Amino acid sequence: MATVTSAVRRPAKAAWLSVLATLSVLSFALSVVLIFLYAPRDVQQGEVQRLFYLHLPTAWLAYLSFFIIFVSSILYLLRGQARWDRLARSAAELGFIFTTLVLLTGSIWGRPIWGTWWTWDARLTTTLILWFIYLGYFLLRAYVADPERGARYAAVLGIVGFVDIPIIHMSVRWWRTMHPEPIVVRSEGPAMPPEMFTTVAIALIAFVILYAFLLAVKYWIETTRDEVMEIRGALEQHG
Amino acid sequence: MSAWSQFIAIVKRDLLLEWRARELVIGMLVMALLTLLIFNFAFDLSGAQRAASGSGALWVAIVFTTLLGLGRAVALERQEGAWEGLLLSPVERPVIFIGKLVSMLFFVSAVELVALAVLAVLFALPVLRPGVLVVVGLGTLGLCTLGTLFAAMTASVRSRDVLLPALVFPLAVPVVIGAVRATTLELNGFTADAAPWKSLLGGFAVLFFALGALTFGSVAEE
Amino acid sequence: MICPGDRNDFIRPSSTRVLEVRALTKRYSWRTVLSRIDLSVDAGECVAILGPNGAGKTTLLRLLVGLVRPTSGSIEWFGRPAGDFGAAVRSQLGVVMHRIMLDPELTVAENLRYYARLYGVPDATERIQALGEELGLTDRLGDRVRSLSRGLQQRVALARALLHRPRVLLLDEPDTGLDRAARICLVELLERFCSSGGTVLMTTHASELAGQLAERAIYLERGRIVWSVCGRDEVDFHLRTQPRLMTV
Repeated sequence: MATVTSAVRRPAKAAWLSVLATLSVLSFALSVVLIFLYAPRDVQQGEVQRLFYLHLPTAWLAYLSFFIIFVSSILYLLRGQARWDRLARSAAELGFIFTTLVLLTGSIWGRPIWGTWWTWDARLTTTLILWFIYLGYFLLRAYVADPERGARYAAVLGIVGFVDIPIIHMSVRWWRTMHPEPIVVRSEGPAMPPEMFTTVAIALIAFVILYAFLLAVKYWIETTRDEVMEIRGALEQHG
Repeated sequence: MSAWSQFIAIVKRDLLLEWRARELVIGMLVMALLTLLIFNFAFDLSGAQRAASGSGALWVAIVFTTLLGLGRAVALERQEGAWEGLLLSPVERPVIFIGKLVSMLFFVSAVELVALAVLAVLFALPVLRPGVLVVVGLGTLGLCTLGTLFAAMTASVRSRDVLLPALVFPLAVPVVIGAVRATTLELNGFTADAAPWKSLLGGFAVLFFALGALTFGSVAEE
Repeated sequence: MICPGDRNDFIRPSSTRVLEVRALTKRYSWRTVLSRIDLSVDAGECVAILGPNGAGKTTLLRLLVGLVRPTSGSIEWFGRPAGDFGAAVRSQLGVVMHRIMLDPELTVAENLRYYARLYGVPDATERIQALGEELGLTDRLGDRVRSLSRGLQQRVALARALLHRPRVLLLDEPDTGLDRAARICLVELLERFCSSGGTVLMTTHASELAGQLAERAIYLERGRIVWSVCGRDEVDFHLRTQPRLMTV
């Protein structure tokens, strides 16, 4: 019966979550103001360049998510506690969304500047491969029938994948430098004026707060889902 | 009951079985040769750029063939329960990993020798240079370490034949990039330029060999 | 669950406790296959695990040998820490499951030599010879396993399980697909194993095998132990009166 009451309990961090949500809204509001009113207009790229303030934070978060998966995976394999798997699952879902956003913002940003929807820029390419690794992560969990087994396998994938990412990046970068492109793609431009730097820093903070909020909520959802599974199991047994 | 004798026993049994049944290598060989053939019609494998396209074709063939071979090997082993018999025995899981890896290396190498011969004869590529062979060896090793780990993982999962490539391809990107570049350079005689790629391939193989051995225990059991 | 009216404490000291299972549970998502199984087995016991199809007998056996990880609960072999299925444990277990765990394309001798090396059996050749004689396989040692009948394959599987002189034999429905003669052979072999101090855990859904061998019987239904009895007479009685048990 303990499991029943715990599932009905409100998230233990309810107060925390409200604080995070409020902070998130505020910091985003500030960011929007900064992005459109404070940051200077880019000389070469024009207004489109403002997508950078969305692109960079989402890229950071896409990779941060995988780092969280990496650490949780190791802890799960060593300790076997369900909470690490829950954390990995939650971070994976968010990470996948943010990776998709990176690819989309990168593509939309690039279209007016490079004239194409895609370029095999080293960072973008690595992010595309990351996207496929995330996809494989979800496929693996989906196809393995036993959730405990799926968690274990996904943990191995998480560890191997994370260790591989810097190697992938390195190999792609070497691949590109061996074939120099006519247009040298630079995300930030030759130098970043201090207004830009401030803006991107604030935007990054806003996104990190949002990420923390989303991760906490997602983690709570996964905990509840696990508890529902337990209750269902208990009912089935006694039925 | 030393790890070494267990390792030898595993490899010997895999090789003996393959020698008797010949189920794996034939299929892999057909796959490799057909891939090369299709590449010949899809791309220009006889022109001046044939080192680049030839090495690309070679590595695509190797990747597909290796994954095919691994998928079938793990499936065959589970049919009569031989895999469970192995798991039930006192062999340490890393030893099983290394044994299976080495067995697969034998099979893939056999297929690669034929594929290289085909490349040499049909497309006039100087594949018998030691540099080329070193690259092929290192790339295959890296590919097989990843493949052995994930093949064991996906062996009894549905859609294994889709899931295995879906997991391995993205992770194997450095191997493919490095191996194709290095093979092209070696074929064209630029051995010095191929050196950083060879280090990449070697480092990759060592790193994922270690990771594979460490995590195989979590993957082997149900 | 220790056998009620247990004579074991009088006859055998607890230092011969071979297996201790506590609250063993296996769940797949919400589906519970085994629920809070308790089991203690001492050396030399012959235990039959009975139950209809789908009761969880095979899953229990797979958990006991470490092929499947439990959802909760503990399994202790030979007094070692719970969940320890290292080489020391596995080298003392002999397992016969439904699948023969042999390579059909290799000969009987080749299969046995392979396992002998895996288990580090020191006198492999002699051991294989001896087991071949004991199990009536001597003239088939050079034949491919594929060419053997199911009954003979089962015997080779038994040879494989006994190769390394295990302390415990675990068998999953060893009598399926065997004709009368083969079954008699099996019973004799298991009796010999038990009387020389070995422990046997055997699942079956046919009562005949259990009736001939088991001093203890456990009946599983839907993942739970319904009854557990000790002593030949008790076992016999329960076997005869339990519906849903096949009498072959």
